[in-house]
Amino acid sequence: MTRQDALFNYVLKLGDQSLVYGHRMSEWCSKAPMLEEDLALTNIALDYIGRARAFLSYAAELEGKSRSEDDLAYKRGEREFYNNLMVELPIGDFAFTMARQFLLSSYEYFLFTGLAQSKDEKLAAIANKVIKEVRYHWTHSRDWLMRLGLGTSVSHEKLQRAIDELWIYTDELFETGPEDQLLKSAGIVFNMDEIKTVWTELVHSILKEIDITIPETTFSQTGSRLGIHTEHLGHLLAEMQYLVRAYPEARW
Amino acid sequence: MSKDTQLDLWEVFIQAKVGGNHVHAGSVHASDGKMALQNARDIYTRRNEGSSIWVVPSDCIVASTLSDTEMFFDPSADKIYRHPTFYVLPEGAKQI
Repeated sequence: MTRQDALFNYVLKLGDQSLVYGHRMSEWCSKAPMLEEDLALTNIALDYIGRARAFLSYAAELEGKSRSEDDLAYKRGEREFYNNLMVELPIGDFAFTMARQFLLSSYEYFLFTGLAQSKDEKLAAIANKVIKEVRYHWTHSRDWLMRLGLGTSVSHEKLQRAIDELWIYTDELFETGPEDQLLKSAGIVFNMDEIKTVWTELVHSILKEIDITIPETTFSQTGSRLGIHTEHLGHLLAEMQYLVRAYPEARW
Repeated sequence: MSKDTQLDLWEVFIQAKVGGNHVHAGSVHASDGKMALQNARDIYTRRNEGSSIWVVPSDCIVASTLSDTEMFFDPSADKIYRHPTFYVLPEGAKQI
């Protein structure tokens, strides 16, 4: 595998992550507990869709096979998507959504802070832009975690359940493969072990503050690097890709 | 009217450009100032309208009442000499 191929895979993965999660979050539209939060959640969803466009159009450019960002988004099957399993899980309840947003934004904060220093200029430019959104998502979800964690016994219990369910999906965020080594030695990506260390420290300290226990399990789900997903991704893609697949020439 | 069950009401003031006035934009529901600021940001500045936000609990606003309207505002209606239109503006002064 050449470095160009490795970079394509890496950027595609970042694009898939944003696209699938953005689509998932858009499911909150009209369903949030209050109007204000409805707009907040759909704003977040749109931030991710915008990010997906940036990464997927760059991936299309890197691939150089005249596939467009839309081809990558709408004309690949489930086994060709490389997003982490965590982002494809159903939206669940509000506590689950906020807990996932917090875990994810904490991860993205460190990931994109690193990528902003990447030797690949375009990747660095996108990361620099993204980091501002990430800081807002982080603050928004952290504040809700505080309210839910320190709120009533019901809100605390729902948040604890969410963290229990999500925890086995956290390890996968930090997985790397042999092709990442190529990018690491070229100064394009950075050490995921270091990111995992600071992420763990941050997440543990916030959860401790609100008396949420981290599950002791050492088991973790994996598979997305090989395109192996939970049962949920297929359903998501069916809905997302339906129109383009049924009416390939559709314009709007 | 049914009772508002969606947290407290806050008034939102948006400043479009640095140095300009904060102008009332509308209101949001929130349980605290932090949440009010974030909700205001998400509702009133998502199309790049803002550079600064103020939020104020609605019940902190003291408002004139309808019955005061005549007493408050009618007396100024015929005081044309209070308008600074009798002066010659210095050259170059755009806003006085």
